[in-house]
Amino acid sequence: MKNKLKTIRPIHLATAVIALILAVSTPRSVRADESVKTIDITAKRFEFSPNQITLKKGETVKLRLTTADVTHGLFQRTFKIDEVIEPGKTTEVTITPQTAGTFTTICDHFCGVNHGSMKMTFVVTE
Amino acid sequence: MKNVTDRRQFLTMLGTSLGIGVLYTAMPAAAASGETSEFFNFLGEANGERPRPFSFVQLSDAHVGFNGPPDPLGTKAFEHAVELINALPQSPDLVLFTGDLTHDTEDKDVHAQRMKQFLEISKRMKVGKVKYVPGEHDAGLDGGALYREFMGESYYSFDHAGVHFIALDNVSRAKPEVGPDQLAWLKKDLARFPKTAPIVVFTHRPLFDLKPEWEWFTSDGDDVMNLLAPYQNVTVLYGHIHREHDHTEGNARHLASRSLIFAFPDPEQAQDKKPLPFDKDHPFRNLGGRLIKEVEGHASVSSFPIDQVQLSLREFHEINGVQQIMKPIHL
Repeated sequence: MKNKLKTIRPIHLATAVIALILAVSTPRSVRADESVKTIDITAKRFEFSPNQITLKKGETVKLRLTTADVTHGLFQRTFKIDEVIEPGKTTEVTITPQTAGTFTTICDHFCGVNHGSMKMTFVVTE
Repeated sequence: MKNVTDRRQFLTMLGTSLGIGVLYTAMPAAAASGETSEFFNFLGEANGERPRPFSFVQLSDAHVGFNGPPDPLGTKAFEHAVELINALPQSPDLVLFTGDLTHDTEDKDVHAQRMKQFLEISKRMKVGKVKYVPGEHDAGLDGGALYREFMGESYYSFDHAGVHFIALDNVSRAKPEVGPDQLAWLKKDLARFPKTAPIVVFTHRPLFDLKPEWEWFTSDGDDVMNLLAPYQNVTVLYGHIHREHDHTEGNARHLASRSLIFAFPDPEQAQDKKPLPFDKDHPFRNLGGRLIKEVEGHASVSSFPIDQVQLSLREFHEINGVQQIMKPIHL
């Protein structure tokens, strides 16, 4: 009997610890996700809408990307954004800009004759 | 093999900026010497062909069919370049055209007509060989199908006078990249060469991050350069940026040619990638690349003005090969 108790007790203890962790961490995770600002960006030949977005340095934002026509890309080297935006799909990317300034962002998926002019700007303020 | 090398220059490429293209001239500085001759024989065995003097031209970005602002010249600069090349006292062996032969249009028949017009002008050049790679304006809309129909394969390699030339296509995929298939091909292509082989890569986009926000980069350019890194004599010629640029990284020298349609501004100075204004009094200003004037004999670099380009192939003690050094600039 003593041996049985020794076997069961650690299992119960571990289960209780896991349950406690889940109970504490899950609400925090949900709260954190709810606090992230989401920005919708629509691509269409040969522009992004909006074509300028102002962000705060250090603030995390989620970009939700869709296309109104063909496949496009969203590329920004500093922010390490390199996404493909496909018709019928929503692409999400989360960024936390660490540098203030103006950052030109381009479509890097060839989308037509004026592809080279398709760009938008992130303005990051202090 | 007995080491016959000294710390002396033995093969030189020289040139000057005349505003229409880039003509490289390669010539042995001491070809008559017995030691150099023996060394050339060694290179011939190692590289597959014995080095000999030759010259080649780089032209880029003709955009045949483009007729928008700021440039009302159409094909005039391209045709002017052809005339100047044909007027050279000694015809170059090769012309390398680094992409954007045509300007794109979503009307396939019109684009095909532009390809035909490009070839009609290009074929006027009285040179041994003309080799091409596509630009995104040639190949972006259809993955390079029309380009291949008119020009053949978009990536390949060949040897000429002891130099290995590699044409890379970084425009036919939707993103600015070479892609895994071509990287695998490149690795295999390079495998047969000694690390000292002189290699000239020609492609459209820069293979390094020149200005990513202007799409002046190749996303897997680092992978290409890592494959080339063990090779001591690498020169990369490219177009796309419509202006001259000189960049050295590791063993490789990257050189851009001017365009034959309009010029882009200095990326260090300009906020936007807008063509420079057209100057009707100087219609060819900022156009073309560099025409490197062929010289006779063993001319020294100092005999040329500062706007000339020197590409030297050097041999080094105990390496049994050549070191390719280019000293252009102040263009």
